[in-house]
Amino acid sequence: MEEILEILEKNGRASVEEIALMLDKSVEEVQAAIRKLEEDNVIVGYNTLINWEKSSKENVVALIEVKVTPQRGQGFDKVAERIYRYPQVKACYLMSGGFDLTVIIEGKTMKEVALFVAEKLAPLESVLSTATHFVLKKYKEEGVIFEEKSKDDREALIL
Amino acid sequence: MNIAEMIKPNVKNMPPSGIRKYFDLINEMKDAISLGIGEPDFVTPWSIREAGIYSLEKGHTHYSSNSGFIELRRQISHYVERKYNVMYDPAKEIIVTVGASEGIDIALRALVGPGDEVIIPEPSFVAYKGCTAFTGATPVPIELKAEDEFRLKPEQLERAMTNRTKVVILPFPNNPTGAIMTHEDMKKIVDVLKDKNVIIISDEIYAELTYSGKHVSFASFPEIKDKTILINGFSKAFAMTGWRIGYACAHPVLIEAMNKIHQYAIMCSPTMAQYAASEALASCDAEVYAMVREYNRRRRVMVDGFRKAGLDCFEPLGAFYVFPSIKATGMTSDDFCEKLLMEEKVLTVPGSAFGSCGEGFIRATYANSYENIVEAMIRIGRFVKNHRK
Repeated sequence: MEEILEILEKNGRASVEEIALMLDKSVEEVQAAIRKLEEDNVIVGYNTLINWEKSSKENVVALIEVKVTPQRGQGFDKVAERIYRYPQVKACYLMSGGFDLTVIIEGKTMKEVALFVAEKLAPLESVLSTATHFVLKKYKEEGVIFEEKSKDDREALIL
Repeated sequence: MNIAEMIKPNVKNMPPSGIRKYFDLINEMKDAISLGIGEPDFVTPWSIREAGIYSLEKGHTHYSSNSGFIELRRQISHYVERKYNVMYDPAKEIIVTVGASEGIDIALRALVGPGDEVIIPEPSFVAYKGCTAFTGATPVPIELKAEDEFRLKPEQLERAMTNRTKVVILPFPNNPTGAIMTHEDMKKIVDVLKDKNVIIISDEIYAELTYSGKHVSFASFPEIKDKTILINGFSKAFAMTGWRIGYACAHPVLIEAMNKIHQYAIMCSPTMAQYAASEALASCDAEVYAMVREYNRRRRVMVDGFRKAGLDCFEPLGAFYVFPSIKATGMTSDDFCEKLLMEEKVLTVPGSAFGSCGEGFIRATYANSYENIVEAMIRIGRFVKNHRK
C-alpha cells in the first residue's frame, strides 16, 4: 500500500498495470488497493505539477500569515473553514508559532490578491491580523526542482 | 628506441576494452538510451555533497593518515557490524581506499606474483583479471552457468583449485549477472575454503543493492573471517562513483601489507571524499533505502521486458544489472549489441566482455530512469522480433 502511494505521489499517471509490474503484484490487487485508498480519502486527488511561469497564464501566488481568535468549542477549525472555502485559497494550514494560519492564495495580479485579503480575509470577525508575502520565484515544489534538466552525461570509463 | 617495446608484456598483452567503440558511437547519436553504464543514475544525495563542500570551505584540504581518518574508520567499523554482523578494529583492520577498485588492486599486489594462481568466477568485473595479470600471477576463471543462476558451486571451486592457488575472488552480488549467493550457497563455499591455504577477496561493493532479503557477507563466517579481505565502498550504495572512495577490512597482517602499497602509491584517499563518506554513513540510510526500492521496481520492469521480448532471463537479485541470454537470435553478443545500437539506439554491453562464458548474453543496467527503461524495452522487443532466427 505504502509503496503504491510512493509511486503515485511521484507520478499520478502511473497506470495500474505499470504499478503492478513494478511491485510484482497482480493488476487486480493493485486496482483494489487504489480503489480502497481513494474511498478512504488517503488518495484525495490527482494533480499536475505546473510551472506557470513558463506558461502564458498570468499567475501570482501569495502566502498570508493570519492571526485569528479561536472560537469557543470549535477551536480554529471553524475560522479556517470560512477561509479555505474560497476558491482563491489554494492551501490552508494551521500553524504552531507566531501566527495561526498559513493561507496560500492564487490570483491573476498582485492587486487581485491584495484586494481579496483586504475585502474578504481581513474583515472576518475572528481575524486579528494578516501579513501578505508575495512569491517571487518558485525554485522547487512537491519535491521537484523546476529549473533542473536531467541529461544523462555519464561517461563509462570502466565496466 | 622503440617505446612500445618498453612496456612490459603483461601490460602490453592486455587487450584494450572492447566496449570503448560503443561508447564512442553513442556519443554521436541523438535519442540514444544507454543501458551500458555500470553506475547509478542518481546523483549523490545532497547532504553528502554538502558535507564535501563544507570540508572545502573549512579548508580541510590536507592529507589524512594513510589508512584514512580514524573517525571514518570507526564509522565503517560500526557500519559493517550493523549491516553484516562482522567486527573489525578501526585502528588495525580497516583501510580507506580510492574506490573499491584500489582495494582489489592492493590486495592482489600484496598477495600474488608470478607462479601464483587467482581464481576468478566469471562472468565478472573486468578488473579482477586485469589486476591479477599485472602482478604476473595467473587468472584462473571458473565459468558460472545460467542454469545455476550464475552462483558459484562448491564442485566448481574444488575443481579449479590447485596447489598454486593463492587467492579466490568472490564477486557477489555480481556484476554483470546480478547474481547473489544465499547463506546456504555460501556455507558450501566456506566449507571448501576453510581448511585451504588461500586468501579470499570478497568484493561486496553491491551489498546494499539486493532485492530478496539481507545481504550476507562472506566475512561473517567465523571459519574464514581471518583469511577474508572484505572489499566495499560508497560508489554504488550511496551513488558516489566519481568521489572514488571505498574501503577494505581484514586481518591486521593483511591490512598492514596492503597499507604499505597504498602509502607509496596513493598516500591517502581524497580527504574531501572521506568527509563526504562520513556523512553518508552518518545520515543517509533513508536515501539508500529509497534508491534501492526504486531500483527494485525498475528491475522488475526490465526483467519482464526481456522475457516478453522472448529472451531467456534468470531473475537477478542483486546489483543493478540484468543478464539475458540472446541465443534465441542466433547472434553473437558483440553482433547483438552493435546491431541493437545501430538499429534501435539502445546501448547494452556484450556478455563476452566479462569473460568468454558471458558469450550469448548481454548486460543491461537498470540504473537509468523508469521512462528510459520502458522506452528501451519497447525498442529491444522490436529488435528481437526482427532478428529472431
